[in-house]
Amino acid sequence: MHRFANPTRFLKLISALQPWAMGVSVLCLAAGLYFALIVSPADYQQSETVRIMYVHVPASWMAMFCYSAMAGASAVGLIWRHLTAFVVARATAPIGAAFTFLALATGSLWGKPMWGTWWVWDARLTSVLILLFLYLGYMALEGAFDDRSRGARAAAILAIVGAVNVPIIKFSVDWWNTLHQPASVVKIDGPAIHSSMLTPLLLMAMGYTAFYFWVMFVRVRAEFNDARIQALRLRQTEA
Amino acid sequence: MSPLFALIARDIRLAVRQGADSMMVIVFFVLVVVLFPLGIGPEPAILARVAAGVIWVAALLAAMLSMDRLYQSDHEDGSLELLVLSPLPLELQFLAKAAAHWLTTGLPLIIAAPLLGVFLNMRAEGFGVLLAALALGTPSLSLIGGVGAALSLGARRSGVLLSLLVLPLFIPVLIFGVSAVDASLTGLGAKAQLLILGGLLLGAAALTPWAGAAALRQAAE
Repeated sequence: MHRFANPTRFLKLISALQPWAMGVSVLCLAAGLYFALIVSPADYQQSETVRIMYVHVPASWMAMFCYSAMAGASAVGLIWRHLTAFVVARATAPIGAAFTFLALATGSLWGKPMWGTWWVWDARLTSVLILLFLYLGYMALEGAFDDRSRGARAAAILAIVGAVNVPIIKFSVDWWNTLHQPASVVKIDGPAIHSSMLTPLLLMAMGYTAFYFWVMFVRVRAEFNDARIQALRLRQTEA
Repeated sequence: MSPLFALIARDIRLAVRQGADSMMVIVFFVLVVVLFPLGIGPEPAILARVAAGVIWVAALLAAMLSMDRLYQSDHEDGSLELLVLSPLPLELQFLAKAAAHWLTTGLPLIIAAPLLGVFLNMRAEGFGVLLAALALGTPSLSLIGGVGAALSLGARRSGVLLSLLVLPLFIPVLIFGVSAVDASLTGLGAKAQLLILGGLLLGAAALTPWAGAAALRQAAE
């Protein structure tokens, strides 16, 4: 890991990985959508609305994955003072916020026909809403300082503090009686979901994950380029 | 006097001598609560139903409003740098600051709460649990808010930013604080909720000093 704290080496790595991430993302999302919308059967109770699951469930997974990645990168940045880690955390935040919003929006669209309501204040929904606010707080704090490195470090502490929410989201359906159904894919005794639905779900999840890495790589490279341009401008004005 | 208590005494003395600040928080608390009967109508049954929630939300807002002065003046006049340099661990100083904040705002809020309960026609059986829940919950607010205040030191528009950072983290305290009162009024007993509030307080007391001290060190750099 410390090898890639060097920005040049890290940039070289992500430039090499970016086309792969893009390819995997496009292929998996295309195949996943084909299986999800055409091949997989409609649910006997939920009929066609079950297809919302293929968008909703991976988005929720990614919302938590992105937050964990952001908090992990923040911790690495604070402990070893790797600036690259801060850049990764900063690039992750808006993507994670978008996934969280997508999970909440699709969940709401799914809730209306299934539960008869757009929104309920149960533990799962509330904790995911808090996650969205944590992302927004992170981005606001990160941009609120004139000194960017101070903003990055302050936001990193907030990301680590907010990480207590991630296990609460994960286990909220087990700890409290909620309307939201409990976990049915990641279980000790195997998934409680038929393979005809599991295949598109996993394909979509893989596509989402690759999409995250793809966009994150683009954002990290943009940030480094931005820093380089500013350095050049500064040199120009000094000369 | 040990340096820890000296720091608490200093903060309390500052708060008392600039008494207007502390008073303003209480007046704000009372005013917010008074707005609700005017907003949702004076029907006693409805007010009694929402009383605990309204008092808790108002307490949350009042605690948050007083948060930014926790480190702001120390940051401006440079005493924060001296505090960071002092031999007393910064984590303990954070606890002392939070304790002083609770004594100057949390405690007055708790004292004012029963009066507001009467305003809102709350049933008398709920008062004891409301006070117990506030007593267990407001110190957590001071601790969590202290982290937010330390993080937003020196930021642009730090007041609005602070609310965005701190209010989502206040939500668990709010949920269990209100449900404690509701449970006792419906005869279920509030023991579980009070225990959770106590657990939140212990967790916050153990973990927030690390985050707060790290944030203060950065602010003083």
